[in-house]
Amino acid sequence: MLRRQFTRLVGAAAFGAPALFRPAFAADPVKVGFVYLGPVGDFGWTYQHDIARKAAVDHYGDKIKTTYVENVAEGPDAEKVMNDLANSGHKLIFATSFGYMNYVVNSARKHPAVFYEHATGYKRAANISDYNIRFYQGRYVQGVIAGKLSKAGLAGYVGSVPVPEVVQGVNAFMLGMQSVNPQARMKVVLINSWYDPPKEGDAAKALMDQGCDIITQHTDSPAPLQAAASRGIKGFGQSTDMAKFATGTQLSASTDNWAPYYIKRIGDVLDGTWKSTDTWGGFDTGMLSMPPFANMPEDVAALGTATIADIKSGKNKVFVGPIADQSGTVKVAEGTTMDDDALSHMQWLVRGVDGKVT
Amino acid sequence: MLKIEARGYESKFWRYASPILALLLTGATSGLIFAAMDRPPVLTVYTFLIVPLLEQDGFQALAVKAAPLIMMGVGLSLAYRANVWNIGTDGQFTLGAICGGGIALAFPDAPSLALFPAIVAGGIIGGMLNGGLVAWLRIRFNANEILTSLMFAYITQYLLVYLVTGPWRDPEGFGFPQTALFSDNALAPRLIEDTNVHIGVLLAPLIAIALWVMLEKTLLGFQFRVLGQATRAARFAGFNENRLVWVAMLISGGLAGLAGVLEATGTLGQLTTTLSPGYGFTAIIVSFLGRLNPIGVIPAGLLLALTYLGGDAAQINLGLPNAVTGIFQGILLFYLLGCDILLLNRIRWVRSKPKAA
Repeated sequence: MLRRQFTRLVGAAAFGAPALFRPAFAADPVKVGFVYLGPVGDFGWTYQHDIARKAAVDHYGDKIKTTYVENVAEGPDAEKVMNDLANSGHKLIFATSFGYMNYVVNSARKHPAVFYEHATGYKRAANISDYNIRFYQGRYVQGVIAGKLSKAGLAGYVGSVPVPEVVQGVNAFMLGMQSVNPQARMKVVLINSWYDPPKEGDAAKALMDQGCDIITQHTDSPAPLQAAASRGIKGFGQSTDMAKFATGTQLSASTDNWAPYYIKRIGDVLDGTWKSTDTWGGFDTGMLSMPPFANMPEDVAALGTATIADIKSGKNKVFVGPIADQSGTVKVAEGTTMDDDALSHMQWLVRGVDGKVT
Repeated sequence: MLKIEARGYESKFWRYASPILALLLTGATSGLIFAAMDRPPVLTVYTFLIVPLLEQDGFQALAVKAAPLIMMGVGLSLAYRANVWNIGTDGQFTLGAICGGGIALAFPDAPSLALFPAIVAGGIIGGMLNGGLVAWLRIRFNANEILTSLMFAYITQYLLVYLVTGPWRDPEGFGFPQTALFSDNALAPRLIEDTNVHIGVLLAPLIAIALWVMLEKTLLGFQFRVLGQATRAARFAGFNENRLVWVAMLISGGLAGLAGVLEATGTLGQLTTTLSPGYGFTAIIVSFLGRLNPIGVIPAGLLLALTYLGGDAAQINLGLPNAVTGIFQGILLFYLLGCDILLLNRIRWVRSKPKAA
């Protein structure tokens, strides 16, 4: 790396031009950096980002060179890592966790010629794009299936941290359930962590003890799914298809597919057409998908498939009024749909949900 | 065959040579591991230990990372000298950050000249409170401080998570688990403008020197050393062991609290659910690498800080996994403790004698 920097410097001096403006040779791969919150591991949030990174490598071959830095805490270290990536010649940097937001902004300010992509954040600049997945669409489909399958009409939801994205997921699940069983209810436990297998498992057990007969989760490990499987209760995987952890009980999973986005954005850099954008992709963009429905009757699976199709085509927009909150106050009037701005600030729960966001 | 035999005295030479030998062995062993991973060993060790310093702002980043390690390492060397095994500095660090951060959040508009000292005092008191509880449990109930101090590290971490996700969560923060940003008045003064280089970078070596003077030149320091080396002698001399336990825990806890509050106000600017990337545990290695000598802790802290930065550099430049940092630190501690055998023993080659029939 250093040798290359050195030759670049010497080369630049020889040509009498700053390194930045040196024309890229065809053989020079564009360097793309990825900043990961966790270790890559075998499942979950960071794993999905790394799968997409590898897909981009397969897609572009020698034209790009990717680097990833894992276990980067959401603090000043993240800014240093991004600065180091920028200083070592990376042209495009994907920062894959919300907590990097302010550090992305700082680093981007110092490196105006480098493009930054920030997952799940909301601050943009000329060289910062935001991208996210409409996870709630998958939650709605899960809810529809749960509404059909739950005998007690009561589902359990292992939540993480009450950020709008998680709140959207809880509410979408409830709305999906109520669309097929208006009496359905659900209980939510927030564990205030994205990854804590013992706590996740305990939360799932507590929910089952209270009569929940379908379990879903917005946490990163298969622990809730496994806890449910140990009692023969069905559930949904998160981020990754977790069927291998609960072959007989995983109904489906909401799977994050960052690959289409990464391939597109890297392509934009290669073509020189990268622009700051705000992407919130769902089923329609391929960024969200659900593995084949399993462990359920065929008619329920067909309903699930149809629901996905409706969301994909825009026929079903999920957060369509009337929607009342837990106190009964109508939050979304009949005939209206919540807009993205309201969704991205959501801090209330739909009627029928037993739990709190604070 | 090789034989280990007691010297009968402590070797002055190995006292200083043993950590250097440990470092060399660590370099060689990690080189072998890198080679096994198909990475050029020399280049990898170079990337790990030298490249971070060549990067822009490399020395600044190093100083900022080293400051909390040095502060905590200094406190620990004092405690360990007296056989007080405080291994929960991570918890004392966290409680210091909580107490200081709480003051920062409660009085955002107070003038900086009053607010920042109050925050620092809060941080120190928080760390002392945590350390003091450990001391009290040991003295009152004879509870092993290794266990209690470690358990407090978990308790404070959960307290932090509770506060940050509960009552202290930023009401404007869309539910994200973090407090509001501290006001500018609450931030640690910078030594260099527009950087993270805060006042702690200056304080850490000063504290190390002060503690060295205390340990080497005062009666209290003498009592610490005697208590650690010869507990019975300390009792015969009439030294109050309980008092020394109190002092050791309060100083090591207070310094960890100071490190925590400076990290919160110096580099983070708010409280989040993860404040320490394991600084408290790394500080244990720092104190041993520094030979439990506050002055020695300074280079030791710099070196361990370098391994944090080196871990990032190894990932960026060589595609090595982040676990390399932990492996490197672990090997280092292993050899440090292992090489200490040379202090009191020597290794000699002796001809194997024919066995008696």
